[in-house]
Amino acid sequence: MNLLVLTAARDLLKMKSCFLLLVILASFPLFAIAKEAQPLAVDPALEERMMKLSKELRCLVCQNETLADSRADLAEDLRGQIREQMKAGKTDKEIIEYLTARYGKFILYNPPVDPTTYLLWFGPFLLLLAGLFLLFRYVKQRRELIVEVPLSADERLRAEGLLKATEGKETA
Amino acid sequence: MSRFVIPLVLFLALVVFLAIGLGRDPHLVPSALINKAAPDFALPELREPTRIITPQQMRGKVWLLNVWGSWCPACREEHPYLIEIARSGAVPIYGLSWKDKREDALATLSELGDPYVLNMSDFDGRVAIDYGITGAPETYLIDKNGIIRYKEVGQLNPEVMKQKILPLVQELNR
Repeated sequence: MNLLVLTAARDLLKMKSCFLLLVILASFPLFAIAKEAQPLAVDPALEERMMKLSKELRCLVCQNETLADSRADLAEDLRGQIREQMKAGKTDKEIIEYLTARYGKFILYNPPVDPTTYLLWFGPFLLLLAGLFLLFRYVKQRRELIVEVPLSADERLRAEGLLKATEGKETA
Repeated sequence: MSRFVIPLVLFLALVVFLAIGLGRDPHLVPSALINKAAPDFALPELREPTRIITPQQMRGKVWLLNVWGSWCPACREEHPYLIEIARSGAVPIYGLSWKDKREDALATLSELGDPYVLNMSDFDGRVAIDYGITGAPETYLIDKNGIIRYKEVGQLNPEVMKQKILPLVQELNR
C-alpha cells in the first residue's frame, strides 16, 4: 500500500500535480472516521426503525439537523425516548403524536400541509404560474411589435438570383 | 418608468422579509403546552432524595418551574435574579435539576445561594422531554389547577417578569 502510494506520488510529482496528491492524502482521515465503531445496538431491527423515524424529526438544538444525525445531548435523550416507546409497543404515529404534543409541529422535519404552511407548500407554484403568465404576455407583445415588411421588387429579384445560384451549386 | 419601479418594489419587499427574518430568534420554538395540563411526574427531591415530589403537591399554588443545571453557564448568570424573585416573595420557584449530578447541583446551590422552594432531580432528562424542554434555562408558569400558562425560553429578566409573568401571576392568584 505504501509502495503503491509512493510510486503514485512520484508519477504525480512528475506530472506536477502535487495538488491532486494532497487532496488524496487529505481524504484518508475521512475514510478512517467513516469506519469508526458504531455503538452496539441491543436490537438491530428496533434500532433501524428508530433511526428511520428520527430522520423525519428535527433536532431542537441544532435545528438544521435531523434527530438521527444530531450528536446533541438532547437529541440522544430523545432517541432514547423513542427507542423506549418502540419497545413498549407504540406505533410510529403514536410516538410522533407524543412528540408534537410537547415540541409542536416544529419537530417534524417535513412540514405538514395545513393552513399555516400553505404559503410554504404552494407559494413556489404560485410564483411559477406568475412567471408563466408574464412570459406569455411578453412573448405575445413582442409578436405584435414585429411588423412584416414585404420585399420590394429589387430585393425580390436579388433573392431569386441568390436562390438560383445555390440551386445551381447543389445540382453541380 | 415602471421598468425601474417594479424591480425596486420587489427588492424592497425582499429587504423587509430579510429584516424580519434577522430579528427573529429561531431558537424560540413556541411551546405546544401552553394552556395544557402540566405533564405528571414523580421525582426525588434534590436535598432529600427519599422524598418524592409530584405536581399534585403544588395544586392551589401559582408557581414557576425553572429548568437548570450546574453545567449551564446561562443558568449561573440567571441565578442571582432568581434569588431576587424569591426574596420578593412574588411567586415561588421550584427547580428542575436537569441532567445534573447531585453533588454538582448541591455545590452550585451552596455557592450561589438557593432561590428554590425545592428541587426535583431529573438526572436522566426524561421529565424535561415530557415538558418539551429544548435547553436550559427555561421557565414555566403553572397555575393553581396545574395548567401551564406561560413559558420563557432562556433567562428570566426584569423585563419579562414585569411585562409577562407578574401580571399573569396576579391574574391567576385572584
